[in-house]
Amino acid sequence: MDELRDLNTMPVPSELSNNVFVTTIDRFVSYIYNWGRKRSVWPMMFGLACCAIEMICAAASRFDIARFGSELMRPSPRQADLMIVSGTVTKKMVPQIVRLYNQMPEPKYVISMGACATGGGPFKEGYNVVSGIDKFIPVDVYVPGCPPRPEALLQGLLKLYEKIERQSVRAVPWYQRGESEAIPVPILGPDLIDPRRLPEIRARLAELRARQGSSSESSS
Amino acid sequence: MTAPTKAKAVPRAELKGDLAVLKEKFGDAVQPAEYEGVVIANDVLLEAARFIRDELGYRYLSSLTAVDYIQEGYFEVVYHAYRLEGGGPLVFKARTPRDVATVPSLVSVWPGADFQEREAWDLMGIRFAGHPNLKRILLWEGFHGHPLRKDWKEPYYEEEHKPFSSRWPSGHHIRAEDRVFWHDNVQYPLDWDPDQVEDTSDELLYIGMGQFARAETGELVEPKSLRTERLVVNMGPQHPSTHGVFRMVVTLDGETIVRLEPVMGYLHRNHEKIGERNMYLQNMPYTDRLDYICSMSNNLGYAIAVEKLLGIRPPERAEYLRVIMAEFTRIVNHLWAIGFLLNDLGAFFTPALYAIEERELILDLFEEAAGSRMMCNYMRFGGVAHDVSDDWIARAKELVYNRLPRAIEELDRYLTHNELIKARCQGVGVLPPDLAVAYSTAGPVLRASGIPYDVRRAEPYSIYDRFDFDVAVRYNGDVYDRYLIRIDEMWQSLRILRQALDQIPKGEIQAGKKQYMIRVPAGQAYGRVENPKGELGFYIVSDGSPNPYRYHIRAPSFINLTALNEMCKGHKVADVVVILGSIDIVLGEVDR
Ligand code: SF4
Repeated sequence: MDELRDLNTMPVPSELSNNVFVTTIDRFVSYIYNWGRKRSVWPMMFGLACCAIEMICAAASRFDIARFGSELMRPSPRQADLMIVSGTVTKKMVPQIVRLYNQMPEPKYVISMGACATGGGPFKEGYNVVSGIDKFIPVDVYVPGCPPRPEALLQGLLKLYEKIERQSVRAVPWYQRGESEAIPVPILGPDLIDPRRLPEIRARLAELRARQGSSSESSS
Repeated sequence: MTAPTKAKAVPRAELKGDLAVLKEKFGDAVQPAEYEGVVIANDVLLEAARFIRDELGYRYLSSLTAVDYIQEGYFEVVYHAYRLEGGGPLVFKARTPRDVATVPSLVSVWPGADFQEREAWDLMGIRFAGHPNLKRILLWEGFHGHPLRKDWKEPYYEEEHKPFSSRWPSGHHIRAEDRVFWHDNVQYPLDWDPDQVEDTSDELLYIGMGQFARAETGELVEPKSLRTERLVVNMGPQHPSTHGVFRMVVTLDGETIVRLEPVMGYLHRNHEKIGERNMYLQNMPYTDRLDYICSMSNNLGYAIAVEKLLGIRPPERAEYLRVIMAEFTRIVNHLWAIGFLLNDLGAFFTPALYAIEERELILDLFEEAAGSRMMCNYMRFGGVAHDVSDDWIARAKELVYNRLPRAIEELDRYLTHNELIKARCQGVGVLPPDLAVAYSTAGPVLRASGIPYDVRRAEPYSIYDRFDFDVAVRYNGDVYDRYLIRIDEMWQSLRILRQALDQIPKGEIQAGKKQYMIRVPAGQAYGRVENPKGELGFYIVSDGSPNPYRYHIRAPSFINLTALNEMCKGHKVADVVVILGSIDIVLGEVDR
C-alpha cells in the first residue's frame, strides 16, 4: 500500500485544488482502476516484419510475456488493448494499420517496436516505407533496436504500465463526453496520401506547377 | 552511371556446349551476350525457350529478372534455367528498347515465370506480351512509375551512390524530411489532381476474382451467367494465420476453393533499390532482413555471389564456419516451420513452444559468434566476421550430439504418427512432381514432390562436396510429406554438422585484409545457395563502381507461392491455412 500513501501526499494539481475531497476519491478510484488493468494488457496478434519474430519469442518459452499478464494475443482488434507495431510500416500496409487502430476500443495503447516502426529504420529511404508509424497514429512507448531483444520489448511493456498507472479516471479521453474521432484512413493514390494533409498537398502541387511553368517559359 | 558497362572491350561469352547447340539451331537470332549467356531475339524467344526446356533438358527455370541498361538504351531480361540432374545454368537473355519495353511472356513454357514476370513489370515496367494476368504485384495499381528503372528517383533520393557525401566523411546528417520538398517520404506527379483521389486497386482485384474462364474457349465470363453461388473471401493482410502481412483472396464454391490469388507487397521494403545505392558490404546486413529467420544462410548466399565476381575463396576455417552456421540455420528454420505448421493445424502454441526452446539455444550460439541473435551479419567477402572459441565448438558439439537429436526425436515421436495430424495433412495440398518443377518451386516443397533437387548437391558451393549426407526426398507432395521432409532434413543437417564440427581446422578466417569498400570487377554473377526455404539466388551486375549496378534476389518464398493456387484448388477453406504453413514463407523475403 506504499503507493497509495504516496498518492495521498502528492501535491494537488492546481485545476483541481478547490475540490480536494473529489480528487482524493478520484486518485483512489484511479489507483484501483489502473492497478487492475495494467496487469492484463492484451496485445493484438499482429506482426509486420522481423521484429514480429522477436515479439513471438517474447511470448514464447524463454521470455514468457505471461509473467506480465500479456500472453493473450487477440486475433481481433476489438478485443485488444495494445497494438505492438512490430516491424516496417509500408505505404501499402499503413491504411490497414490505421483501420485496425480505429477498430480497437478504448482504452488503447500503441508500442512502436524497433527502428522501422519508430522512424523507418534501415529501410527509411525506401520508396514504399513510411518513416515511422507515429506519422499516423499516436504512440505511447518506443522500443529501440533492430530488432529489440525480447527483454527490451518486456521493458517497453513495463514502461507502458508506468504510463497506465499515471492515468486519472477523470481525465482519460474515453470517459469524456462525445465520441472520439477516428483517424482518417490513408489512401493509395499515385503515392500514399494522408487525407489530413490534402490541403497542403494541393498547395504544394500548385507551387510545383508554377515553378515548372516559369522555368519552361524562361528556357523557351 | 559513371562507368558505362561497355566502355572497355567487354568480353563476350564463348558459345560452348548447349549454347553452341542453341546457336546452331536458331542461327542469327542467337547472339553471344556480354560476360555470360546468349541474347535471343524476341521473335524466336518462345520457340527457343521450348527448345531449351524440351530438347536441351533445362526443365527448371530458376530465376527471371530484368536489368535497366539506361546508357545503352535497352532493358535486358535475364533467365537462368537448370537441369534437374544438376550442373550449371543456361543463361539466356532477351532485350527490348527502353521505349518499347515489351518481351514475350514465358508463362506458357514455365508457369513459374508468372510472379517473376509480374514483378519485372511492376518494378521495371517491362510488359510481357501474352502474360495471362499482368498486374502489379508488390506495389499497388496506380502507383506512379516503375521504381527500379534507373531514371526513377525515390522521394528521399539523395545521391546515386553511398556513402552520401553529406554524411561521409564529415558525418553531417540532416533529417530526410527536412531536406525534401514534400517533407515526407512521398512525391506526386505534376499532372495528378488531388481532388480525384480514389483507391481502386481492391475493386480491380475483386473484379478479376469474380470472373472465370470458360474451359472450352478460355474466354472470361461473369459469374452471373454460371448461375452458381460463389463467394469472394478476403483473408489478410491482418489475419492470424497468414504468417505476417500476406493476403489471399479466395473464391469459394460453398466451402471449396475455386481460385486463390495471393496478394503481396505489404512488406515491400525496396530491398533492391536500396541495395543498388549501397556499397557491396553495406548490403550484408540487409540480407539478414530478407528471410529473417535464416539470416546466416542469406549472408552466405550474398557472399558467394559477390565472391564469384571477385574470384576469391575464403580460407578453410571460414568455409567450415559458414557451413556450420548455415546448417544450424536450417535446423532453426525447420523447427520454427514445424512449430508454426502445428499452430496452423490448431495445436495452438504448445508444439511451437517446444520448438522455440531449441531454437533459442542455437540463437545463443549465433549471438556469441556474431553479436546478435537474429540479425547476424556474420559473413564477409572472403571470410567471416569473427572467429569462435574452442568453448563455442564444444557447446555446439554438445547441442549437435546430444540435445538436438533428442529434441527432433521428440517432435517426431509426438507428431509424426499423430492421428489428427495425419488426417489433416495427408492428401491435402498435393503438388505433383511435374507441376512442382513447372512452377519453379524450390527447397522442401520441390523435394516433397519427389524431385531430389538440392543445390548443395546439384551445384555444390562452399565445401559441401566434402560432406557425407543424403538429399531428403518424399514422394506424395502433400502437406504431410512437406512436414516429414523437414524432419528428414534436420537429421541430415545434424550429420553435416557433426562432420564439420569434428573436422574444422584452425587458422585464418578472412582472406586478405578486411576491407570497407571493396572494388568488384565489372561482370555479372548469379550465386545461389540452398536456403532452408529453397533456392536463394543473388543476381548481381557490377560495372566496376563500389555499388552494384543491379542487385536482384531470387527469393524462394516468393516463387514457391506461384504454386499456391494449384495446391489449394478443390480443398476446403480451412485447409488453405495449413497449406500455406507447409510452404513456409517469410514475408520479408516474399516482398523484399
Ligand atoms: S527494426 Fe530491424 S528487425 Fe525490426 S522490422 Fe525493422 S529491419 Fe526488421
